[in-house]
Amino acid sequence: MIDRTGTPLVEMRDICISFGGVHAVDHVSVNLYPGEVVGLLGHNGAGKSTLIKILSGAYRMDSGEIRINGERAEIHNPRDARRYNIETIYQTLALADNLDAASNLFLGRELVTPFGLVDDDAMEAETRKIMARLNPNFKKFNEPVSALSGGQRQSVAIARAVYFDARILIMDEPTAALGPHETQMVAELIEQLKAQGIGIFLISHDIHDVMKLCDRASVMKNGQLVGTVDVDKVTDDDLLGMIILGKHPGEQAEA
Amino acid sequence: MTHSEAELSPAHPKKSFVQTLELDLRLLGMIGAFAILCIGFDLVTGGRFLTPRNIFNLTIQTVSVAIMATGMVFVIVTRHIDLSVGALLATCSAVMAMTQTEILPNMLGLGLGHPLIPWVTIVFGILVGTLIGAFHGWLVGYLTIPAFIVTLGGLLIWRNVGWYMTSGKTIGPLDPTFMKFGGINGTLGATWSWVAGLLALAAALYGLWASRKNKLRHGFPVKPLWAEGVLAALISGAILGFVAILNAYEVPLARLKRDFEAQGLTLPEGYTEAYGIPISVLLLIFIAVGMTMLARRTRLGRYIFAAGGNPDAAELSGINTRLLTVKIFALMGALCAISAVVASARLTNHSNDIGTLDELRVIAAAVIGGTALAGGFGTIHGAILGALIMQSLQSGMAMVGVDAPLQNIVVGAVLVLAVLIDILYRRKTGAR
Repeated sequence: MIDRTGTPLVEMRDICISFGGVHAVDHVSVNLYPGEVVGLLGHNGAGKSTLIKILSGAYRMDSGEIRINGERAEIHNPRDARRYNIETIYQTLALADNLDAASNLFLGRELVTPFGLVDDDAMEAETRKIMARLNPNFKKFNEPVSALSGGQRQSVAIARAVYFDARILIMDEPTAALGPHETQMVAELIEQLKAQGIGIFLISHDIHDVMKLCDRASVMKNGQLVGTVDVDKVTDDDLLGMIILGKHPGEQAEA
Repeated sequence: MTHSEAELSPAHPKKSFVQTLELDLRLLGMIGAFAILCIGFDLVTGGRFLTPRNIFNLTIQTVSVAIMATGMVFVIVTRHIDLSVGALLATCSAVMAMTQTEILPNMLGLGLGHPLIPWVTIVFGILVGTLIGAFHGWLVGYLTIPAFIVTLGGLLIWRNVGWYMTSGKTIGPLDPTFMKFGGINGTLGATWSWVAGLLALAAALYGLWASRKNKLRHGFPVKPLWAEGVLAALISGAILGFVAILNAYEVPLARLKRDFEAQGLTLPEGYTEAYGIPISVLLLIFIAVGMTMLARRTRLGRYIFAAGGNPDAAELSGINTRLLTVKIFALMGALCAISAVVASARLTNHSNDIGTLDELRVIAAAVIGGTALAGGFGTIHGAILGALIMQSLQSGMAMVGVDAPLQNIVVGAVLVLAVLIDILYRRKTGAR
């Protein structure tokens, strides 16, 4: 059971962002506790990816407040987010296709030699280590990631997020491109990370994923938060009602 | 832990000779095309193309474009273009010509021939080039004006800024030390050429050895020792052969006589002197090594290629892609200034039309050398080889006596054909 008595790991309060007059995210508040997985549900264009890109530093919010461990956090770009140990696995994976796995894993945080030159061999060695844990079948260390399969590319993106001691992990549709076997691997990984006290935002439009993997679910529609519910206390139909009709299941209070 | 080649081999066919050496097939193809070109011209001209004298001339004619082509690789890799390099070269050349003949000797009163003049001039010229380049980069990166437009404007502006500064006059003669960077006026001579060649050889062999040692330390697969040996032999042969050829070009007797008489001496009977490696070629080699290091072994280089492969991914990885654009164009500007030193020194003066159409030669060199306009791919040595192929084609045709318009038609066709071959090659190997 998740202990929600202490300070949340992440609090996003009253977040607003609009693009050219469209309120993509309209006064939305969500939070996340250590060791918890919070699902973000909604249709395409509901604003879930936009909300989460504010946390990962890809977008700058118009108004609102982000608190990390109860302290106000200033996140203006992806570098800031990384400083708060926020790691993101983007839906597009955000890999440089022309570089190999190690270069992608360490992109922006290269290991360097004492002379300040990038140490490719050391990075490859580290990549081999983490891949042996995440995806033991991974062998293509010296080829550009464009030569990899969808699942292999996904594992590079996941390795990048978990290698650097993430405390807050954002997963945007992490299983969308995966087969059943690899989806199972991601599910196991999420359990593992939860046990380490990492908080995870999981964006998905698949209700079954959310029911299986998440502790709570926040549903968005048209840029607004419909509500946040404990996954244990609702049914698939309740969630569907929230997503499609924007209807909050009566007795559930805001979390 | 490590998966040795032996474990994998049942699934894979036996590696070919070239694969074992881990040579770049693309590069081999280019070298092959270059060799065919040279041998072809040599046959048609009756052995006049592959003489030490002509090879010497080819190298010094290539330097200016090749230096800029190394910078153009980074510009194109990040999906930009720079159409202003020839014009920027002209402005830098004009600035440096004015600095060394007018500003420093007369206005600052150093007097002509002061030993500081060439060095202050060069530093100032590089500074101007860097600043103009950085300004282009700022317009592209921060104000998000397409590089095509910024540098198309730059092409008109800098060509004519140079003209305006000098009132269209040809300025010369330039400082004697400055002119040593031009080619034939500054060479190492036989002894120092061998010293430079042996140093380069030692550095190359050490590089091979250090890379192998590092790979072994991490337990990665390495090439068999015999393959390293073959590679070392190829490199040694190339370096020493190059020095030997340049050393075989001897200073003409008439010129030696003149030089001796200038010092009040008479030319001893049977005395000969070789030109050896031109200083400008040495400069190109240093720049090539430096730029290759930058591309492969520094964070800046890694970010350039990452931003070229996927700009969004680079941005999301925390790379400041706007500042990166400024740095790339600033570097391009600095290289234009260095090329301006070589080009004006080779002509022994600054003339108004210096560097005209160089932007096209530079872009063509980079593209023939395998830089992909879609971004993300390109090598420094490829671009230099591209410049060498273009120059050989041009001077070879001139030597054969092909009409000037036909020469340009052929060069244009070769450019398009080279890119077509590159596209087909990439499609076949599946590397996009």
